[in-house]
Amino acid sequence: MKYSASSVWENKDEYDIAVVGAGHAGCEAALAAARLGFRTVIFTVSVDSIALMPCNPNIGGSSKGHLVREVDALGGEMGKVIDRTFIQSKMLNSSKGPAVHSLRAQADKADYSRTMRQVLEEQEHLDIRQMEVTDILAEDGRVTGVQTYSGAIYRCRAVVLCTGTYLKARCIYGDISTYTGPNGLQSANYLTDSLKKLGVRMYRFKTGTPARIDRNSIDFSRMEEQKGDERVIPFSFTTDPEDVQIDQVSCWLTYTNKKTHEIIRQNLDRSPLFSGAIEGTGPRYCPSIEDKVVKFPNKDRHQVFIEPEGLHTTEMYVGGMSSSLPEDVQYAMYRSVPGLENARIVRNAYAIEYDCIDARQLKNTLEFKDIEGLFSGGQFNGSSGYEEAAAQGLIAGINAARKLQGKEGVVIDRSQGYIGVLIDDLVTKENHEPYRMMTSRAEYRLLLRQDNADLRLTKLGYEIGLISEERYQRLLEKERLIKRETERAEHTNIGTSEKVQKLLASFGSTPLTSGTTIAELIRRPELSYEKLAPIDEKRPELPYDVKEQVDINIKYDGYIKRQMRQVEQFRKLEKKKIPDAIDYDEIQSLRIEARQKLKQIRPSSIGQASRIAGVSPADISVLLVYLGSK
Amino acid sequence: MKKDTIAAISTGMTNSGIGIVRISGEDAFSVADRVYRGSRILSGEPSHTIHYGHIADGDDIIDEVLVMAMRAPRTFTGEDTVEINCHGGTYVVSRVLETVLKNGARAAEPGEFTKRAFLNGKMDLSQAEAVIDVITSQNEYALKSSLSQLKGSLRNKIKDIRNKIIYHTAFIESALDDPEHISVDGYGETLRRASIEIMDDLKELIRSADDGKVMKEGIQTVIVGKPNAGKSSLLNVLSGHERAIVTDIEGTTRDALEEQIRLQGLTLNVIDTAGIRRTEDIIEQMGVDKAKEYAREADLVVYVVDASRELDENDDKILELIYDKKTIILLNKSDLKTVLGEEDVRKKLKEIFELNGKSFTPVPMIGISAKEEQGIREFEETVKSMFLKGSLSFNEEVYITNARQKSALSDALESMEKVVGSIDAGMPEDFYSIDLMDAYESLGSITGEAIGEDLVNEIFSKFCMGK
Repeated sequence: MKYSASSVWENKDEYDIAVVGAGHAGCEAALAAARLGFRTVIFTVSVDSIALMPCNPNIGGSSKGHLVREVDALGGEMGKVIDRTFIQSKMLNSSKGPAVHSLRAQADKADYSRTMRQVLEEQEHLDIRQMEVTDILAEDGRVTGVQTYSGAIYRCRAVVLCTGTYLKARCIYGDISTYTGPNGLQSANYLTDSLKKLGVRMYRFKTGTPARIDRNSIDFSRMEEQKGDERVIPFSFTTDPEDVQIDQVSCWLTYTNKKTHEIIRQNLDRSPLFSGAIEGTGPRYCPSIEDKVVKFPNKDRHQVFIEPEGLHTTEMYVGGMSSSLPEDVQYAMYRSVPGLENARIVRNAYAIEYDCIDARQLKNTLEFKDIEGLFSGGQFNGSSGYEEAAAQGLIAGINAARKLQGKEGVVIDRSQGYIGVLIDDLVTKENHEPYRMMTSRAEYRLLLRQDNADLRLTKLGYEIGLISEERYQRLLEKERLIKRETERAEHTNIGTSEKVQKLLASFGSTPLTSGTTIAELIRRPELSYEKLAPIDEKRPELPYDVKEQVDINIKYDGYIKRQMRQVEQFRKLEKKKIPDAIDYDEIQSLRIEARQKLKQIRPSSIGQASRIAGVSPADISVLLVYLGSK
Repeated sequence: MKKDTIAAISTGMTNSGIGIVRISGEDAFSVADRVYRGSRILSGEPSHTIHYGHIADGDDIIDEVLVMAMRAPRTFTGEDTVEINCHGGTYVVSRVLETVLKNGARAAEPGEFTKRAFLNGKMDLSQAEAVIDVITSQNEYALKSSLSQLKGSLRNKIKDIRNKIIYHTAFIESALDDPEHISVDGYGETLRRASIEIMDDLKELIRSADDGKVMKEGIQTVIVGKPNAGKSSLLNVLSGHERAIVTDIEGTTRDALEEQIRLQGLTLNVIDTAGIRRTEDIIEQMGVDKAKEYAREADLVVYVVDASRELDENDDKILELIYDKKTIILLNKSDLKTVLGEEDVRKKLKEIFELNGKSFTPVPMIGISAKEEQGIREFEETVKSMFLKGSLSFNEEVYITNARQKSALSDALESMEKVVGSIDAGMPEDFYSIDLMDAYESLGSITGEAIGEDLVNEIFSKFCMGK
């Protein structure tokens, strides 16, 4: 058969779901969709850049580690892949309360990418396609497919956009700029216009990355060595802890100094950020070194972390010194840092600008309010970070699948997980910079710990269909053990025997004057479940993770109960749904500002409405009464 | 934690009769049990019964009361409700309310009883609009009164405290979010010192609240008139009269003099304003603007007219400002040769009403001589009768706002005590922020500021995060 010159290849019914972009969001979205049984195609501008880590070489960190564990508890992939490809791991904040403990692992970047790519390649129902998507096809407010640069049309019933930092991307340092995505990869220059035509509001954000330096040019004797933890804890609840006790590599700590800052100050006028050549909004939490020097003039030095990019490369990441200064200034600046005097730059530091959306156009299922079947996740939604991306990608993928299953979308609320806080913030609050997860954003963080992510979310993952029966049964067993042992500790009496008093004294704890329970002793700050083992004679043999939960549950009981009461209040308002068809103009008593905001954001519940800036408690009362009268 | 059982004074704030404090919500009975001393425990009593006893704040007996115990759903709000009938007197009723708030209830939002009644299905659907109106109008009023109550110095004091709290919280949080760049080790001692200072400041504020410096009761009364009409002499006469209590209230603006006066059993907060006239002088203009603002917010306006001079355009301006307020017009200087009679003023007033398309309502007018202290008794009687007829009322919202402010201060203090408690108990640093933010939120409810993105913004602006 001969095709006419103008014909395009049209793929009518091969796929149910198309995922655009194969970064950390796209991978989770595609895997979830395929695992739920839908024929899925994932598009990427380069198959070699699947699950690329174009910035820092680590996964996790404060609050981000929580996200990875939640993704894992729901049946996502990130935790499993990093457990197989990390080269150093640390539990951050381990001297603080359990709510802020957070895992952070250094990744072998190339290995991470390759491993994730392999998972994708071997996933049933999932096809990888190297091609730039240029258009989202929609009819009557419903997505019908995508079109690629070649003109080919892929019909499908749901699309998940995970374009990361690639839309109209531009990389800049000094007066040099290239119209590419990260690492010189091809940018996607057409999709923005297609989205605008569909009425999507776009923002332009900015972020940046430091230089990569050749390890052989670094004098490590002038730096402090930073080793990993002696006992590594895996990210995934499915990983056997024994499998992650590997030989770890070190990171290195050094500092900038007055000379570095002097070089930067003298050349500020050559920075595109200060000259106005960059229009995008940069993140405040991840400032370039020139931002730090300007904003904190009284600090004589800033930390610089030298981190390996992998085992099979000499490239080292210079954490803390991202920049968009010109190349010559970069050389001078890096070489002013102790240990980097002879540094050879492999890749320059650069800033990158890209298009993303105002995520308030999304429902909290991550579906566009005005375009049915179109979902999105990751930096495209205005967030930053691999972990934030993965979390959204997973939810977007799950909900795209559920849409086709005819089921209600999954929404994790703020009291169930950091994922809920992340998505609720993105779709509710005005956001002028790439959004980063932080523990201080979680109101109920005492409940949302990384250690109990499985207890919080695995049941949901099972209901969704991403958690195996076996894993689910294991979770139920864990729950049972925790409950039983907590009750036993509450009811096990401890007398004032000499053995007891001696043990207490050995931990500097006040001796007992009368009998008490094991639980009461655990609540003493200087004691713990583990420390009391010698005097707790009937204690059963239990796995570490069960003992950990028993300890935390008992020790922080008062605080935990307090937060649970707050959660009850919170849920009351979340449960009060606002119908899609509500006409805010009909409610005259709303203040004008509130009415405008409500019309724009169209919150799904009274709870969400109450979190919109500009909506007052009185407006909420008015809404409640109005809804009550309907 | 946001308490879900609410309380408020549900009667007008008069100095006579009975005052009722209403408590509604799931914990109404347990709150009442904590403050009520009677022969039996209230929560064990059947619904819709009345009990005699006392209200006590700890060991301190506040009032002899009758208490009505009513269980859901047959109550006004549809929730468990306890009503405490006090002996009245604004001071006693407010003390009872404060005690209730200290013991687990929170101050009701404006219109909240009505709102709950509606949401619990105790009202007809057609009443929804009316309920919404009540909520919005009362909110506007409460906001207005709470802001006007909150004088600059107090507001600044609270803001200072909030700034300190958010700074410390942000430091802790930035260290938790970026432990490799910022260390919070050993910060407990610093925070402990800061917390003690903050607690001292809060205690001072609560004390001054008790002194009535923060919270004022009474009818907001403003004296207006042209310069030299005799406003200040009137105020002097009033405050020197009877058993007048004159308090210098701190923080009042320099351009207006404010005094609290007891008059025939009523309390008046009297503000003497700068004379209103057209002026080119900027400083004086500011005083005049202020006077206009006071007049707008007042419960009662006393317009002093100089009867020895003709009405002029300045009088027009004043009448324009006050014609639709509760007003008493005093024709002063009856001791001098008067050129102006009641009829002249009434005629002018009618014109103003017509100009504004409103129908004329008569305004009480009294001839006085502030200098000779003539006509003062008549003025007092007029105020009193306006009050008794109900055309003039204490704004109970002001009261409730005050109670709310005070209980917010106490809540903040309690949260700060918990911070110190956590430090002393050797809890990890992340636990401090929970109570710090509670204190921050409580104080914000006084100044009308929500938390929003404050913490995140503070972290980014004050501390250098990594990457």
